[in-house]
Order: sequence, then C-alpha cells, then structure tokens
Amino acid sequence: MSAFAKSEANETFVLNLGPQHPATHGVLRVKLTMDGEYIVEAEPVLGYIHRMHEKMGENRTWAQFLPNTGRMDYLHALAYNHGYVSVVERAAGIAVPERAEYLRVITAELNRVSSHLLWFGAFILDLGGFSPLLYAFDDREHILDLLESVTGSRLTYCYFRFGGVYNDIDENFVAGTRAFIKRLRDRMPMYHNLVTKNIILMTRLKEIGPISAEMCRKYGATGPVCRGSGINFDVRKHEPYSVYPEFDFEVPVYEQCDSMARYMVRMDEIEQSLRIVEQALDKLPDGPVMAEKVPKIIKPPKGDYYHAVETARGSFGVRVVSDGSNTPYRLKLRAPTFSNLSLFGEACQGMLLPDALALMGSLDLVIPEIDR
Amino acid sequence: MNRAAIKQKLVVIGAEAVSESDYAGKGFALDVQVLPEQLIAAVSVLDAEGFFIEAVTGVDWLGEQAALRKEAEAKAAAEAKVKAEAAAAAGEEPPVAEPVEQGELPEDVLEAVYDFNHYDALCRVTIRTRMVRSAPEVPSISQIYPGANWHERETHDFFGINFVGHPYLVPLLLPEDADYHPLLKDFRP
Repeated sequence: MSAFAKSEANETFVLNLGPQHPATHGVLRVKLTMDGEYIVEAEPVLGYIHRMHEKMGENRTWAQFLPNTGRMDYLHALAYNHGYVSVVERAAGIAVPERAEYLRVITAELNRVSSHLLWFGAFILDLGGFSPLLYAFDDREHILDLLESVTGSRLTYCYFRFGGVYNDIDENFVAGTRAFIKRLRDRMPMYHNLVTKNIILMTRLKEIGPISAEMCRKYGATGPVCRGSGINFDVRKHEPYSVYPEFDFEVPVYEQCDSMARYMVRMDEIEQSLRIVEQALDKLPDGPVMAEKVPKIIKPPKGDYYHAVETARGSFGVRVVSDGSNTPYRLKLRAPTFSNLSLFGEACQGMLLPDALALMGSLDLVIPEIDR
Repeated sequence: MNRAAIKQKLVVIGAEAVSESDYAGKGFALDVQVLPEQLIAAVSVLDAEGFFIEAVTGVDWLGEQAALRKEAEAKAAAEAKVKAEAAAAAGEEPPVAEPVEQGELPEDVLEAVYDFNHYDALCRVTIRTRMVRSAPEVPSISQIYPGANWHERETHDFFGINFVGHPYLVPLLLPEDADYHPLLKDFRP
C-alpha cells in the first residue's frame, strides 16, 4: 500500500519534528502523530528559548528594559521598540517631537521590509528552493547597512528612547534609502518572475493550509495570517499610532485563506512599506529628535496601560501595570506569532507532512518572540 | 459596533463593574470587572459580538490589602489630627480617639486579565476577575475560544492560576516538571 493512502486500521506513529530542524525556524518542536504521510495530530512544544522577559521587566527600571525589546522578535526589533516606548510614553504622558515619529516610522518600515525579505528567502528554502534566499539576503544587506549607520546595530536594534530617538539621520541615509527603494522596486518583478509565477511554487501553496476567518478570530490571529484570510485588520489603520495616519498606503488583503494568500500579502506589503518610507522622506519635518524635559527617572502614574503596534507578524501589544514606582509592576508582552502558531495544531490536521511545513513557513514564525 | 450595547449586555449578566475608559490615555475602551463565576457569560457575550481574543494574563496583587489598610489608617490619623486641632482652637477638650477595630487582613488576590479586540471596529475590552491567592481558580474559556488554551497554560505557568475545565493544563513555556510560578511576587528562585 502506498504511504500516501490513508490506512484503514488505526496504525499511527509519533514523529518528532525539531527542536533542531531547519524548517521549524529555530527551536520549535512539534510532536506529530502520523498515519503514513498524513498528520493525525500535531502538538507544538514551546519553551526551548524561554527567557522570562516579563520577569526581567519587573526587575529593572522602565528604561533599562528597552534593550530587551530588540531581543524578542529579532527580525522586526524596531516595531518592538516602538510598542514598548509608546506604552511608556502613553503612561507617563510624554509627547514626542514630530521628526522623531517620522524617523521611527521610516526605520520601522525599513525593518519590516528586511523582515519580509528574510521570511521570503527562508520560506522558499522550506519549500526546497535555495537560490531566492541569496537574492533576498543581498537586498536585505542594504537595509542592514542603512539601519546600522543610524542605529548603530544590525539586528537587535535599540534605537528608540522615551520621548524620541537616539540619533538623527543624515544626508547619506536619505540618499541611500532613496537608492534602495529604487533598487528594490526594480528587483520585485524579478522576484515575481522567478518565484511567484513559478508553477512549482503555485502547486505547493495554492489551496494548501486553509485558515478560515472564523478560525483566525477564535485563535486571535493577526498580521498577514488574518489578512490572507480576508480580514482587513492592520493596527496601523485600525488603531492608528505614531504618524501613520499621515501616509497614503493600502492594506493588502487576500480572500483565498491558503498559504499562497499569505505569501501574496507579505509580497505586497513590501511595496506598501516602501511607499510609506518614500512619503515620510518627502515630508520629513525639521526639528529635534528628542523631547525636551523627559525625566531621567520615569515614574508613570498608577494604573494599567495598553498599546499595540503592527509588527511584520501581526499585532504586538504591551500591557503595563504601574504602581507609581521607577520599575514596572507588571509587564505583559502579547506576541503575535504566539497566537498565530496556536492555530497550527488544528489547521494541519489531515495534511500531508510537506504541506504542513508549507503552512508553518507561511505563518512566519520567530521562535524567540513566541517563547519570550 | 455599538459600545453602549455591549456595555448594556455585560451589565445584564451581572458584571460587578463596567466602565468606559479613556482610550487615548489607557489603550482600551471598556474595563469590565466580573466574578470568576460570571466569566463564561461575559466572554460568551463578546464571542457573540464577533470579538477575537488578544491575550490572557495575570497580575499578582500581593501586599495590596496591607497597603490599602495603611492608606486608610493614614487617612484616619490625618482626620483625627484635623479634628483635634479644630477642638483646640475652639478651646474645647480634644476628643478621645476611638480605637479602630482591626480585624484580620483580608487575603490578597490574584487577578486574571483577558483582552479582547474586534477586527472591524476599535473596541478593546478588558475583562478582569479576582480570586484569592490561596485558591486561585477560574473557569477556562478555552471551550469558547480555543486560542485561550495556550494563553491559559502560560498564565498557569507564571501565576499558578488553575483554569478549571482546561483540557491540558501542563507547562507550556516552563520546563515540563516545573512546580514554581515565577511571576508571583513572593517567588524566590
């Protein structure tokens, strides 16, 4: 009997996927109960790089926690910076100069493009295509260079401060960014010709890994996962923060609910992020990049505060509880892929193993963010 | 999305307190306080309205009762002082301060916090429920929102809150044999 045929008898076996497996993007372990090549049950096992960031938050001052935020979602660290500084600014009532908000948006959107490029390369690698990864890393390298020149780091950024950003940009950054936008726009058709229109990719992704809109709601999926299921939800539009309302951009939404739809959402988002960066550079106001009179020791008034931002993977929310002292009383980090991955067990039931890996890749997992 | 209608429905199920909070300052629109036994009803209301689950977490309020009592004592002492001064100014005998009955301190609480949001409209609803620290039990909502399964396991890891009816309440992020709860304020490694 072929291994692809579902067996009549209940003969199943347990297959361990990970924790050391290239297709699980880090140290995620999935305990699979298999019937031949078909998945009967899948149980993700988390916690291999759990670092208890929330406890660390309770043990240091508000400002001392800032570098931690770059070490959860290391692919879109600036969005995590943004979420945390925003909630503290909301709590402590700190106003941010407009130029600083523009710089935050420019750098965070560049970071989003670099995150999507890495996802693109790694996703195609999961599906068995090696070379697109090298093209994507070539482009991503330009963003890392640009961000390094202004933030001082290449991956685990800690660029935002309460009340602004730590460093102003210069002419080289503006010129380099404009050149990069042009370069990536020229390269996108190549990506689409090489990969998107590839018949093998289409067969691997179309109608594979369906996630219904109702399932998104029940599991709290956000970001490209819910936008690939026809839900028009983007925190930048839904709950506007920073200076996003001043830019003209679209939220790509696809109705097909399959892995291809999630792929297309991210590919379209690259162009939308470039549009935002371009407009922000055009409109960039003059002025200071740090608010004056930000207290050295921050003591937000008692109470709890929530702030959400749109990261490359979905809605990242921070809930802080302040007791009026110089350290957070409680710091809750709502990681988007934690919720996005929680639906994997239900979504992959009955799927072939390689299709389940395509579904997993389309969720764009970053394990340090899930485990925190 | 009618915020007032949702508020009304939550009041009908007997929520202890439903207040609209200042969204720009707080980041959430409705703040709902329920008893643990009302939780399922409150979450069902949000489910019927099409909300999605954002997160479940806890807060340990260890020392809150002592702080409240201290605050009340300080207030009473300040009032007594004002009265005594007023009496002295009027040339009267200062009133004898009556000893205040100090019973046992009520037990401190753990709070479970549920965040819900809506895809179509901006309406973050925060549901809170409080339980005593010695027996922290609250019904599981994973039957209504399967996504709560992991959030509740995580909260159980960190706070030891027992989600009654949860199908698989084993450590999610902590090691599988973990019997400690690191986010409790009296946790010592």
